[in-house]
Amino acid sequence: MNNVTLLFHKPWIWSFIAVLSAWVATIIFTGGLGGAGLAQAALTFAAFSVIVGIGQMFVITLGPGNIDLSIPATMTLSATLALKFMNTDGALVLPGLLIALGVGLAVGTANFGLIKLLKIPPIIATLSSSFLIQSTAIWSNRGLRIKPPEVLTDFTTSSVLGVPNVALLSFVLAVAAYFILMRSLFGRWVLAIGQNMRAARLAGVPVDGVRFSTYVLCGVLAAVAGYFLASFSGGAALNMGTEYLLTSIAVVVIGGSSVAGGNSNVPGIWGASLFLFLVVSMLNTFGVGAGVRLIMTGLIIIAVITLAGGRKSMK
Amino acid sequence: MTSDRLRQLLPAFSLAVLLISVFYIQPRTMSYLGLNLLFNLAVPIALATIAQMLIIAVNDLDLSMGAFVSFVACVAATFLRDTPLLGVLILAGAIGVYALVGILIYVRNLPAIVVTLGMSFVWGGLAVLILPSPGGAAPEWARWLMKTKPPGIPMAIVASILIAGIAHFLVMRSSFGVVIRGVGGNERSVERAGWSILWVRAAAYASAGFFAVLAGILLVGLTTAADANIALRYTLLSIAGVILGGGEFTGGRVSPIGAVIGALTLTLAGSFLSFLRISSDWQIGAQGAILIIVLALRVLLNRSKQGAGVR
Repeated sequence: MNNVTLLFHKPWIWSFIAVLSAWVATIIFTGGLGGAGLAQAALTFAAFSVIVGIGQMFVITLGPGNIDLSIPATMTLSATLALKFMNTDGALVLPGLLIALGVGLAVGTANFGLIKLLKIPPIIATLSSSFLIQSTAIWSNRGLRIKPPEVLTDFTTSSVLGVPNVALLSFVLAVAAYFILMRSLFGRWVLAIGQNMRAARLAGVPVDGVRFSTYVLCGVLAAVAGYFLASFSGGAALNMGTEYLLTSIAVVVIGGSSVAGGNSNVPGIWGASLFLFLVVSMLNTFGVGAGVRLIMTGLIIIAVITLAGGRKSMK
Repeated sequence: MTSDRLRQLLPAFSLAVLLISVFYIQPRTMSYLGLNLLFNLAVPIALATIAQMLIIAVNDLDLSMGAFVSFVACVAATFLRDTPLLGVLILAGAIGVYALVGILIYVRNLPAIVVTLGMSFVWGGLAVLILPSPGGAAPEWARWLMKTKPPGIPMAIVASILIAGIAHFLVMRSSFGVVIRGVGGNERSVERAGWSILWVRAAAYASAGFFAVLAGILLVGLTTAADANIALRYTLLSIAGVILGGGEFTGGRVSPIGAVIGALTLTLAGSFLSFLRISSDWQIGAQGAILIIVLALRVLLNRSKQGAGVR
């Protein structure tokens, strides 16, 4: 088999083909104007989806029923607490980041604690913890937009050689996630648990430890995404995480990872994140309203999963 | 009393404890008007919870519930009021779409979470098309239905009992309900018994759509106007209600009466704090806390049951 056919057997290739067609369709419509700007905007906005998507992917890889619904609440809480602590003081950027990471660590620990101690499905555990996290965020945020330090705003809104900083950051995270998932013992354990938890346990995989670390990883990544998203968008707001609940799940699935777990890939998350942004901007360029845009987004998600599911059943 | 029996009574018990605390803090709620105010917002949530329960009974999960109820509310506040026939046709069509989603999920063996996730965008988009800004007005009869004052028992309580009764009959007593729960428990054995899984699943989704339509209409009857985001919280609330009421995600183990009680408990937990004069910031947190407390109690009961078995 030559390299090209090998490439087309990768589960994530379809999301990149979709990205290219959405980009080309938009460029053709605008008559070749704004292609670079569009690519830059796509990279910036996709970067945040990628960061939360990686965390969600590790959780989903753990097998059926594993999902983290507390991502939006975690993003809001970590951004609120970190930005409040920094109080626009550029010298406190690092301690602020540590606070955000601490929030993610605490959320992940609480989530796994609920799953393990109460023996409840992760959906319910993360759902009930997200209610508590959200309330804490509302209480601490008071409905205001808390401003970030200028250094952080500058960092998140500027770019190096035309590539946005946040895209570089999340590219580095994605590469790290790829090596953790595909090349490290931990990643192999995650995949093994997703394929058959009982077999993994019998084979000596420290199942509880791996699941615990995975939920913590997801919480920490959500916290990081919240920290940078708030800096990028001019402040921590209560509803800043809302859309990322659906996005985090959608990018994992559209990217070609198996929803049943045990079979995931990292490149697809980038492809799907870029695709979701480009579809919205493509429809914007075509001049359709918010309603039609939402409907098209939904239908595209369903179409992609229907086609992807069909590929699997044909095997 | 055995711990099994205690476990079944747990949802009702938690509601009773919460209600007694509210009565204790504010005795004036112990009246016709007070009870109605405490529970009338729970009526549409209870209907949405029953709808979610029907989907969970066949081992799926509906993440589009909130968007769909919002869409129905928008239709009810516009078409159903101005051109009732068209309104009814739209809602019937929407129930048909629910059945089609169930069929698509089964035929292509797709994850329900992702397909309903996509549908939540579709319903949300349709709602925005119908009502780009908050507005519309509830049909007179829907408002009348929620404002009517039956003698003796407040409407909110009557409605909750009716919903629980009808859902209990449909899911626990009718052959339709047995087959639906059977699909959740063991799909293959239901198929061997000669049922078409395709149609059973389509019917489960369609009846979920029907209950969700009722939820949307009654919600507009309460609020008198609609908005495209009016019920987005229903997705998570309905799932929490089913679990709080003793339902489980797999195996077709659901309880309609428990689900209605779960919805009432969540609503009451939300308003409980205002009686304690605690800031409403913690309203959502209280719902999360009550969920965790009840689930923890359930674990304790299970543990004592296992302990008794060993002895």
